Amino acid sequence: MRKAKALLFEMGRSGRQGYSLPSCDVPEKPVDELLPKKMLRTEPLEIPELSEVEVIRHYTELSTRNFGVDTGFYPLGSCTMKYNPKVNEEVAALPGFACMHPCQPEHTVQGALELYYNMEQHLKELTGMERFTMQPSAGAHGELTGLMIIQAYHRNRDDHKRNKVLIPVTAHGTNPATVTMAGYEVVQIPSDDRGNVDLAALKEAVDDTTSALMLTNPSTLGLFEEEITEMARVVHDAGGLLYYDGANLNAIMGYARPGDMGFDVVHLNIHKTLSTPHGGGGPGSGPVGVKERLVPYLPVPLVGKKGDHFYFDYDLPESIGKVHSFYGNFGVVIKAYNYMRMMGAEGLKQASTDAVLNSNYLASLLKKTYYIPYDRIRKHEFVVSAKPEKKKGAGAGDIAKALLDRGFHPPTVYFPLIVDEALMTEPNDTESKETLDAYAQAMEDIAKDIDQDAEKVAAGPYHTVVGRLDEVRAVRNPILRWEKK
Amino acid sequence: MGGKHYLPLTDEDRQEMLSTIGVKSIEDLFSDIPAEVRLQRELDLPPALSELEAVKHLNSLAAKNKHLNNCISFMGAGVYDHFIPSVIKHITGRSEFYTSYTPYQPEISQGVLQAIFEYQTMICQLTGMDVANASMYDGGTAVAEGAIMGCGATRRSKALVSQAVSPFYRAVLKNYFNSRGLPLEEIPLKDGKTDFAKLEEMIDDQVASVVLQQPNFFGLVEDFDGVADLVHNHKAALVVSVDPLSLPLLQAPADYGADIVVGEGQSLGVPPSFGGPLLGIMAARQSFVRQMPGRIAGETVDSEGNRGFVLTLQTREQHIRREKASSNICSNEALVALAAAVYMAAMGPQGMHEVAEQCLQKTAYARQKITALSGFEAAFSGHNFKEFAVKVPGKPEDINKKLLQKDILGGVDISPFYPELENTMLFAVTEKRTREEIDTLVQELEGWK
Repeated sequence: MRKAKALLFEMGRSGRQGYSLPSCDVPEKPVDELLPKKMLRTEPLEIPELSEVEVIRHYTELSTRNFGVDTGFYPLGSCTMKYNPKVNEEVAALPGFACMHPCQPEHTVQGALELYYNMEQHLKELTGMERFTMQPSAGAHGELTGLMIIQAYHRNRDDHKRNKVLIPVTAHGTNPATVTMAGYEVVQIPSDDRGNVDLAALKEAVDDTTSALMLTNPSTLGLFEEEITEMARVVHDAGGLLYYDGANLNAIMGYARPGDMGFDVVHLNIHKTLSTPHGGGGPGSGPVGVKERLVPYLPVPLVGKKGDHFYFDYDLPESIGKVHSFYGNFGVVIKAYNYMRMMGAEGLKQASTDAVLNSNYLASLLKKTYYIPYDRIRKHEFVVSAKPEKKKGAGAGDIAKALLDRGFHPPTVYFPLIVDEALMTEPNDTESKETLDAYAQAMEDIAKDIDQDAEKVAAGPYHTVVGRLDEVRAVRNPILRWEKK
Repeated sequence: MGGKHYLPLTDEDRQEMLSTIGVKSIEDLFSDIPAEVRLQRELDLPPALSELEAVKHLNSLAAKNKHLNNCISFMGAGVYDHFIPSVIKHITGRSEFYTSYTPYQPEISQGVLQAIFEYQTMICQLTGMDVANASMYDGGTAVAEGAIMGCGATRRSKALVSQAVSPFYRAVLKNYFNSRGLPLEEIPLKDGKTDFAKLEEMIDDQVASVVLQQPNFFGLVEDFDGVADLVHNHKAALVVSVDPLSLPLLQAPADYGADIVVGEGQSLGVPPSFGGPLLGIMAARQSFVRQMPGRIAGETVDSEGNRGFVLTLQTREQHIRREKASSNICSNEALVALAAAVYMAAMGPQGMHEVAEQCLQKTAYARQKITALSGFEAAFSGHNFKEFAVKVPGKPEDINKKLLQKDILGGVDISPFYPELENTMLFAVTEKRTREEIDTLVQELEGWK
């Protein structure tokens, strides 16, 4: 029997408390002497009163109503939901990291600066870039930082007419949104029959108003852009720069580097490729790396080293400034650093090897039952089109719900936009062959169910803690907070 | 090879899988990468470490840092040493939460979605606003996005920001506005507070957002009487950055007419972590909801009529609207928002009030003691919530060096951000500081020459 979970606000009782504090040991004065009377709060806080046990049980029950990588297979395309090593959580929580204040004097934070410095060296080697900033807090934040750097570069050369950024139709939604945020116009480039960026269309679109081309390689179709060198030449010849969206770097670690492909700016999603957890929607971290000619524009501070001493380097007169109040999501960078140290060069390359092998293997199992457009050797992900199933009465979204009933997190649905009824599937490096076989079997069973009773499939899921949720109603009649009745 | 314990495929698995795919070797799977961009060597990284060795290495790095657990801290400026109840790490450490992605599949994400809905509600209760989002990256980006949101809502482009807003936030704001080519002007200070007479001169019908901070960067509580009227008479939006932990005592921003409330939520049970991950807060009046960036959880019902939660109003967002989205934000700080929610649930109204009042009392005590010392004087008059600026008789750097010998992290040197404030330090005093610790600080400062 399904049952809604009570809200915090429907629990507790006046007089309960879930904390203990020492009493105030300084001489006290009346509050209205210490604060201006007219700026005092007039109504008491409405927040509920709960005992510690109630708080723990509430959130523990909520956690059981949630699916994570530790729960099961999570092939969410372009999100690289790989296993999050437990030891990383432990080292990031060390008081010598987690309890540091960002304004502490430099000589009291030498370990943290050393970690940032080392991490920068590792990321440079991984990507073939000259320098990195760790300030961006997520991939999209990295994109914005990267475009700001590109913008500063053009502006500094008095090249003011470059007001357009080119992006392929397969790009993540954050790309065009970032372009607008940076004050640019989006020019969309179509794909060709093989799933590559249409080179002829790119050549047509590039001109002296092109600021940059933003590209994910391999693309969201899981395909490596075979003409990348020529694309880079075309954009560079026109005076534009190349931006690499690192969402899909998990496919090529140790095999190819964006820096060697001609990219000028790179962001990494270390909460994807480098194993740090997604936290239900962050915190992530999106370090940005640049080639030498763009180093002067990086956000301040960078971390430098003189002898054995590490220091904050604010000496970048052309810097774009800051994109974060402090130095980015340090707590996340620690986890990725530990991952890189434990994997080493060989381990990282093996991770990419297995990610690509798993993807090609699962695709070859699924294509017995499903239609997979752009069928060629792929990298870490592939896109199933459930267009034929949709015609029978159950599309990509319905297949996703049927997967929930079978204990799997579904792929990314309805994306990329150029594939109808898309199921963007990314089985990463930390999954076993048995898991992939079980998933393929589940997908085959769902296809059979659709053949037999598509309507039933379209009304699922049946075994989750709530049934299919009415998203339309949530938009038409928005209830965005609890209110006292 | 490093990381073998994270990679379940065996060589035998790999061979079987290659034959199912119909290729001979792993190399065939990478044949689509053109030779000219293939890395012709192995990556040059340090040798892989075992778990034991890695932990040792990370411990040795951590041991080189001083931190708030082995020092007495009076540092603030937006990040504070508050008490963090133990329950928080036990909840955020539940891997069903921390290993999940953004809740795109609501039927198996009710845990995160309901927690966000409850977090939004509590942020609304604190601020008096109608709607809050699931989080922004930090205080700085929340301020920047709040100002931009005002532009979207008013269809104007200029913002005025008070110099009493944190210089860390203003740096980010400036960058966001500069990139878009939007005009931004600073409202000067008068005795450490926003000069509202100047605001009156500066505001015109081009202004979209007026950005203030309460308590301001110097810890001073500003008098916002009449400010909202002034801003609204020019049809601009009032954006206020707050410390949520001040709100059990201070007027809810809705009551003095704020339209958009932003801020840094680190004080709600979040460790300082060298400045990240932090928690950007964002709340607004109902009429601004379409311009709001980021994730918003909403209530709905399932196929059987049971209450449930989903991400909603997604037509504001990048994955639906692409270049027309209200922001590019995607991954935010969901787990940190969860920590803040657990904090508020555990502390309750009474606990939060008690924390806020202890900050207030201890700050007043420390301020009185320090400014009574010869050569130390309050930089500004007025009411301070949990920090205060002091003009000191020497270089803040030297004073802090001396304090560190006693394992005291002294006040933040704010002179670099305000050249007119020579030798000025900002001391923060939270509920964690004892009278003895404050007295020790005062003793160490006494007689400084």
